[in-house]
Amino acid sequence: MADEVVLLDFWPSMFGMRVRIALAEKGIKYEYKDEDLRNKSPLLLEMNPIHKKIPVLIHNGKPVCESLIIVQYIDEVWKDRCPLLPIDPYQRAHSRFWADFVDKKVIEVLRKILFTKEEKEAGKKEFFEIFKILEGELGDKPYFGGETFGFVDLSLIPYYSWFYAMETFGEFNIEAECPKIVAWAKRCLQKETVAKTLPDQKKVYEYVEQLRKRFGNG
Amino acid sequence: MAEEVLVFGAWGSPFSRRVEMALKLKGIEYKYIEEDITNKSPSLLKYNPVHKKIPVLVHNGKPVAESLVILEYIDETWKDSPILSKDPSERANARFWAKFIDEKCLPAIFKACWGEEKEHEKALEEATELLQFLENELKEKRYFGGETVGLLDIAANIIGYWLGVFEEASGTELLTREKFPKLCNWANEFVSVSAIKENLPPREKLIAYLRNRFGVGTASKYTRHL
Repeated sequence: MADEVVLLDFWPSMFGMRVRIALAEKGIKYEYKDEDLRNKSPLLLEMNPIHKKIPVLIHNGKPVCESLIIVQYIDEVWKDRCPLLPIDPYQRAHSRFWADFVDKKVIEVLRKILFTKEEKEAGKKEFFEIFKILEGELGDKPYFGGETFGFVDLSLIPYYSWFYAMETFGEFNIEAECPKIVAWAKRCLQKETVAKTLPDQKKVYEYVEQLRKRFGNG
Repeated sequence: MAEEVLVFGAWGSPFSRRVEMALKLKGIEYKYIEEDITNKSPSLLKYNPVHKKIPVLVHNGKPVAESLVILEYIDETWKDSPILSKDPSERANARFWAKFIDEKCLPAIFKACWGEEKEHEKALEEATELLQFLENELKEKRYFGGETVGLLDIAANIIGYWLGVFEEASGTELLTREKFPKLCNWANEFVSVSAIKENLPPREKLIAYLRNRFGVGTASKYTRHL
């Protein structure tokens, strides 16, 4: 049976990137639709009436929302290839915990650094605290998933495309403080699925510059 | 095979009660350890160094933290009496609404009960709107999980029991029968299930605790004291 897969997304969104990487890992063909977030399409509003946000995966007409929920859905539907989560329940719980940690912590600190003046310094301090914890979890493993790229790697790597913007506007050097994370990110970028999905860091920087001007702290 | 299951929790917390509800539903024996969250035990800090929070499930010495992560671990480890469907679409749906409850409903409910006086009307409206989404999601089902209590019902324990207690403690009215007939019916069904009923903190004790910790509530028109 032919599957119809549509992804409603926005190119600089780290949440959307997670889904794009998952779809690429599984070799799933899909139609990509880039949304204008200032003028959301009727389709987006119909498919995600609760949050009105991207990404939304539409599989044979049925929507799935929230990036990590979408990734798990993809893993469960296309379970015959390239598992994104481990098989063992404890390892799965461990992966979900760390992906949840990324979700709870990173976006907030990014917001403080890029889009506020008064919280910028506090944001930078928290950034290093969070990434030091992540470095601790990574340890000496090549990936958070162990020997292979997995759920936690996928949940975090999209933020790497925002690092240049963070460093420039935040006025700090991420590699100096978190060399392991940057090494891990470069390792992930050697994967074709990641390299093809992540936008160019300069492009993201230009987008962030526009946003900052629009919100008055450019 | 001897199994050791520990649950670190707090008597009034809906999050740690979720874990106990799931274990009870599956008939899993466990040892409960009550934490004083103002004076956290070395064990808790050892098992959850990242967040330092309850609940934590420790299964044969291995810790799992975050209530929704724990619920999925429980379902994948003890396969009797499943709390999640096998269908990926239904699973995604349950996860979506569980996240919605934790990230949107609970903060909104809290704001409506104990938030700033000047934002009270707006907070009430927002909480009502969010609860309406849940009312619509329930449709004609007996439980969110269908015929039996599922992960989403357990996650919705906040709505099923704690919300009523918050309302009484703070003098706020949110979950009325006129606005939310389905949710009210569901709440009654939910708290009648024995695995759930056994895991509800005593109402009066919880009210006293909430009033002591958060004040008498915005709707009571007293200024909130810290």
